[in-house]
Amino acid sequence: MALKMADYRTPLFNDWCPGCGNFGILTAVQMVLVDMQLEPSKVAIFSGIGCHAKMPHWVKAYGIHTMHGRPLPFAIGAKLANPDIEVLAFGGDGDGLGIGAGHFVNTGRRNIDMTYLIHDNGVYGLTKGQASPTLKLGLQTKALPKPNINEGINPIALALASGYTFIARGYAFDVAHLKEMIKRAITHRGLALVVVQQPCPTYNNINTKDWYGGEDRIDPATGKPVPRVYKLEDTGYDGVVRKPEEAFPKTVAALTKAQEWGDRIPMGLFYQNELVSTYQERLSQRIADYLQNPPAKQVISDAQGRSLTSIDRMLDELKVT
Amino acid sequence: MQSMTRDDFIWMAGGPQGSGVDSSANIFARACCYGGLHVYGQREYHSNIKGLHSYFHIRVSPEEIGSIASRVDLLCTFDADSVVRHIWEVSQGGGIICDTEVLGKRIMEIPTLSASFREEFQKTLDEKGIKPETVGDLINEVKKNGIKIYPVPYLELLQGLGKEIGEEKLSKLTIMTNTMALGISFGLIKYDKKFVNKAIEKIFEKKAKLISTNIVAFSRAYDYAMKNFGDSGFSLNPVETDEKRIYLQGTQAVALGKIAGGCRFQSYYPITPAGDESEYLEENQVFELEKEGISQAGGSIIVIQTEDEIAAVNMASGAALTGARAATSTSGPGFSLMAEGLGWAGINEVPTVISYYQRGGPSTGLPTRHGQDDLRFALHASHGEFPRIILCSGDLDECFYDAASAFNYAERYQTPVIHLTDKALANSSRSCRIFDRSRVKIERGQLLKEDDVRKKEYKRFQITESGISPRLPLGTPGAIFWNTGDEHNELGHVTENPMMRTVMMEKRMKKLELADKEIPAQERVNFFGDNDAAVTIVSWGSPKGAILEAMDRLRQQGHKINFLQIRMMHPLPTDYVAEVLAKAKKKIAVEGNYSAQMAGIIRERTGMDMDYFVLKWNGRPMTSDEVYDALLLIMQDKAPKRQVLMYGT
Repeated sequence: MALKMADYRTPLFNDWCPGCGNFGILTAVQMVLVDMQLEPSKVAIFSGIGCHAKMPHWVKAYGIHTMHGRPLPFAIGAKLANPDIEVLAFGGDGDGLGIGAGHFVNTGRRNIDMTYLIHDNGVYGLTKGQASPTLKLGLQTKALPKPNINEGINPIALALASGYTFIARGYAFDVAHLKEMIKRAITHRGLALVVVQQPCPTYNNINTKDWYGGEDRIDPATGKPVPRVYKLEDTGYDGVVRKPEEAFPKTVAALTKAQEWGDRIPMGLFYQNELVSTYQERLSQRIADYLQNPPAKQVISDAQGRSLTSIDRMLDELKVT
Repeated sequence: MQSMTRDDFIWMAGGPQGSGVDSSANIFARACCYGGLHVYGQREYHSNIKGLHSYFHIRVSPEEIGSIASRVDLLCTFDADSVVRHIWEVSQGGGIICDTEVLGKRIMEIPTLSASFREEFQKTLDEKGIKPETVGDLINEVKKNGIKIYPVPYLELLQGLGKEIGEEKLSKLTIMTNTMALGISFGLIKYDKKFVNKAIEKIFEKKAKLISTNIVAFSRAYDYAMKNFGDSGFSLNPVETDEKRIYLQGTQAVALGKIAGGCRFQSYYPITPAGDESEYLEENQVFELEKEGISQAGGSIIVIQTEDEIAAVNMASGAALTGARAATSTSGPGFSLMAEGLGWAGINEVPTVISYYQRGGPSTGLPTRHGQDDLRFALHASHGEFPRIILCSGDLDECFYDAASAFNYAERYQTPVIHLTDKALANSSRSCRIFDRSRVKIERGQLLKEDDVRKKEYKRFQITESGISPRLPLGTPGAIFWNTGDEHNELGHVTENPMMRTVMMEKRMKKLELADKEIPAQERVNFFGDNDAAVTIVSWGSPKGAILEAMDRLRQQGHKINFLQIRMMHPLPTDYVAEVLAKAKKKIAVEGNYSAQMAGIIRERTGMDMDYFVLKWNGRPMTSDEVYDALLLIMQDKAPKRQVLMYGT
């Protein structure tokens, strides 16, 4: 029987603030799971700490709510030990680009076949509205006593520099498009990042839904708002690397696009390169049967509890009498 | 085996880091092992890549030995620094091998000797009333005390060697100096060349071209020593043995225990002295499994170098969630970073194993030197209360078996296990009986399979009588569960409900009581010596070897004494410890830290205080001699309550 949205929902009360962008992300994720007909027990969702981190509790799948900034290490450990699991890691902007920035960067080097979503709203919600690492310099969201003294990190550019092989941006209130981005991220062969722009109705009174939607800029010709977000696909932009020699120019193009912010904010796929070997492939070079026989599937003892592992070769090497 | 009264012989190689001290020592030790002798070696080095002083202390005996001693019989030096630094350690009747070229070096101008060393050294000279200017002067002074000097014209010997092997470039020959020093050493103790040749063949087995030239170099130096130096007073004779032995260092013992114990995932961040373990695992990451008596492919371990220790511990926990046995390995500074992750594993009941090699702290402390100062930290790291199990190995044999059983305890009680060792264990290399895999048991605790959960609601944190909730590997088809670092309900969802908090805490903490009840004393302590003795030594970790030897000497002299070695510090086998201590009139704590941390834990659990403390925290392992001296004073009622051991260079 086909799996439906209801099969991925839990009966728990959802305590995100009304109007929170997280609702759009949650819905998009559940829609992807329906679309791909992924069995709940085939999927593991990892999160850090913060508003985003409650996500796994509202999805019916293996849900691992970890520590602040640490969803990636947990997710990597699980994925490498059991590569059959579809691993989705969720992080906040503070979680993934502040306290967990080291993991963000180093995960890029590994190109493990999994998906990482960053909920980017520019503020720390659960601790009452401090500036997150993506909030731009000089902005003063409503809980800040003074304007932001730091420049904001550009997560797309950082991901490019770190080696992510799929980099996309979605918008929490364009669920249909976000769903497509997440689906492409999951099907991508290698490490995929989706940065999701998400209004925080409680603490970010600058980058609001109206702001993203351009409600403050009415086109005099049509009388309609001119949204700040636009889709890269609509402009003929193509970030997919199909030949090795395209990798460099497409990286440069993506980096250029990543600089756009303010009046025009690009959404969609910035960069994708499936020509890079995945970590699983690299491991298979060292451990020939890794994919068939990963750590989680190895039998280590017989029925009597005797160890099956032979260390004879190593002991032979050390033998002196 | 030698003309002295002792039945052991101590050789030491000293030289600048990167000059081949390690490989010389390795050949020396192996050659002794091949002759049926037992070897115990301890490597000491600075936090430096090239140039600063390092040395390797190798003790050889027909009997098994477990520690270094406070002397050197034959000091084999590769520079002037090594002569000066170790000169007072050379025993009466012992000898010093040095390059003739160092004799003219002015002591106070040796650049690698630190200002503080020079000051101390000057003080020693003043006390002795001597004023040597050069290394040669210094050597002449110790000669008066019966120490023999063997100056070797290495340059001349190398030129001779060059002629024989057809190599004229001196730069290509100088790397042979170490092998020549071995030739001199073995020539002086008249040890059979064939064992050394075998060791050279083994060490250079991957560089076959070097074998013959090294054997020639060794042999020429050996003959030179025989011809020019006469009797050294020592001779090292091989002994027959049927015992199957291996020669290895502590980090290898732990790694092998992990592999045999079914560990299939190891994450780590490079740190001294833990790093060697992970490198050895990675080198040997593919291995065979034995099924129905047939060896076949199929065994492997993923070894992943992470960006930091935070990632290391959490990756191990992530892997452990899937049912794979998973571990990480670190030392003090790394474990400090792991503290939060340890708590996560605790509250989520994940069987993560942490191999923890202590070194001198706090902060960077003594990065390459020994210490046992992290016991309290291992016991209390991370905020909040959760069960953990702490194993403390005392020698390489225990390192192997404990590394394997750590996973059994972790899985049976679904809680993190810290396997606490130290630098002295990590970097001691010794001969020991070959490890017996058939003694490695695998106990996975209550681990569910797909069939057990089909069509049932699975509660990962089900409240049970024992506190243990049957565990399901993440990814098992047909079921799901949640984990969270927040307090949670039986399903693993966040809760702040006061009743659930009370019950869930109790459930988790009960597992520690269960472990305490179920794990027999023989897995948690070792008891040595006289049952009815009035004197009891209590210790943990690497001092074991030195204590056993010191105790043997005392018992041979008629003293009654026993030794309680604690191998599981948490949960402490409190009743057993209290029972042993209740019989003792003199209770002596021996440990490698300032504040007697183990003694504090014992007092906390049993209410019993130690009468004497033998402590050491100078960054060097305890020697059997200094432990003996300290214990003897206690036996003679001449000891202060607290004795601080100082030996070491």
